[in-house]
Amino acid sequence: MKAMDASQTVLKAEARGLNFFYGQAQALHGITLPIYDRCVTALIGPSGCGKTTYLRCLNRMHDLYPGNRYEGEVTLYPDRVNIVGPEVDPIEVRMRIGMVFQKPNPFPKSIYENVAYGLRIRDVSNRSELDAVVERALREAALWGEVKDRLQASALNLSGGQQQRLCIARALATSPELLLFDEPTSALDPTATSRIEELVTELKQKVAIVIVTHNMQQAARVSDYTAFMYEGRVVEYDRTETIFTNPTVKLTEEYITGRFG
Amino acid sequence: MTPIQHKIARRKALDRFFAFEGLMVMTAALLVLLVLVGQLMFDGLSRLSWQFLTSFPSRFPAQAGIVSAWVGTILVMLVTAMAAIPLGVGAAIYLEEYAPKNWATELIEINIANLAGVPSIVYGLMALGLLVYQFRLGQSFLTAGLTLGMLILPMVIIATREAIRAVPPYVREAAYALGATKWQTVRDHVVPYSMGGMLTGMILALSRAVGETAPLITVGALSFIAFLPHPPWQDNFPYVSFQWLFDPFTVMPIQMFNWVSRPQEEFHVNAAAAGLILLTMTVVMNAVAIVIRARFRKRIHW
Repeated sequence: MKAMDASQTVLKAEARGLNFFYGQAQALHGITLPIYDRCVTALIGPSGCGKTTYLRCLNRMHDLYPGNRYEGEVTLYPDRVNIVGPEVDPIEVRMRIGMVFQKPNPFPKSIYENVAYGLRIRDVSNRSELDAVVERALREAALWGEVKDRLQASALNLSGGQQQRLCIARALATSPELLLFDEPTSALDPTATSRIEELVTELKQKVAIVIVTHNMQQAARVSDYTAFMYEGRVVEYDRTETIFTNPTVKLTEEYITGRFG
Repeated sequence: MTPIQHKIARRKALDRFFAFEGLMVMTAALLVLLVLVGQLMFDGLSRLSWQFLTSFPSRFPAQAGIVSAWVGTILVMLVTAMAAIPLGVGAAIYLEEYAPKNWATELIEINIANLAGVPSIVYGLMALGLLVYQFRLGQSFLTAGLTLGMLILPMVIIATREAIRAVPPYVREAAYALGATKWQTVRDHVVPYSMGGMLTGMILALSRAVGETAPLITVGALSFIAFLPHPPWQDNFPYVSFQWLFDPFTVMPIQMFNWVSRPQEEFHVNAAAAGLILLTMTVVMNAVAIVIRARFRKRIHW
């Protein structure tokens, strides 16, 4: 487990009493959860416990579909804006908070255009600026060496693991303050998975990360803090080593020892 | 044979029977088509010539030709496409991406599906009342094109919506997650990725419009036009001319209909020859649709 000094524990975001509703059905009940800057926070729990639902609250993905509703608040630091507040534009939230999805979802465009897209929608069209950002993002996503000679090739010709790293590069290109990972390795083989895990560990030097995972070993390997969720509630939240070695709640212990879920 | 083998043999016999039956049904359908095309070729092939393609209609069957008909068909299709495609694509994008999901949207959707099934003569009557009498557009290319445009509009909307729906939601989410607005997502992703399906649908709709006769007779197609419409250009500024839009029109199926309804046998031969040309036009349009679909499928695979 990684040791942390006190200077690392700066709040990046904090949910307080967050309720979320899909139409009439309440999916999240009073989520209260801090997210520290330059740390990896893992969300674990059985299927349907609300971890992905919570993650998608953080970049207002639920706003894309009708009938969804937030209550409570999620404060983004340092400017203390409530990112689930109705007065806050979801586009502004998504411009500050990046997301990597469960299934690699590159655009059916060139590798270059995939990474550059976030800048294009921000009206950056200067070629040298785009080139520089594409290279930086691909390097940060540990993909540059593999694709630097074929930036104009279709992203769909890459392997699954490469596609997922491309999606990470795409999210990194716009320098997000917080990066959300929704089970990023569930569609990948073990080799590709370990590369993504290494990447997550490296990226936390620069950005706060929240990762949803089904794989408890993964949570133990990459995260600094872990929240165990069950039926739309946070059952227990603590330093990862504490959660995995000495959980306070019986349910947490039962889950991490594989007795259910 | 053991009982199990016996059962397998019986089920396999049923398998073979179905394959045979399928083959028969397909052959029957193809034979009918083959006979129709064969009959048309037998009747009309000898009449096909440069003279036939470049002559105006005439009282004398041997001198008659289809130049005003095929030029008319192309021009009417041009107006039809210009009218139906922007409207249809816009409506489809609105319904799929922007419209709130409520009863009003549902009502519109049901009505579009119903409009696609309205008999074409009804569109003809509506166009006669609205375009010819009310808007005084005359019995012109403009009227004909707008009439067929209205006729295929629901088909274009339905085909475009299907194409848009084939774009998986996770690609949209990827764009939104980067901070894209709805319009940026539609312009940069939804439309380009569904272009193949959209174009295919449009061409198939147009190839249906090519054969339409009834609504055009209703709005006043002429069957005897011995001159070409005004050219789409002029000598002085602005060099393009839209005078042709208001010229009287005819199209291929109307020319055929006119010839078939004459007593002389030679005119029937002319009709068959014109039918071959019309058939070729639809085959070419369908072939273009297939090529476009194949090209876009190769580039984008989900």
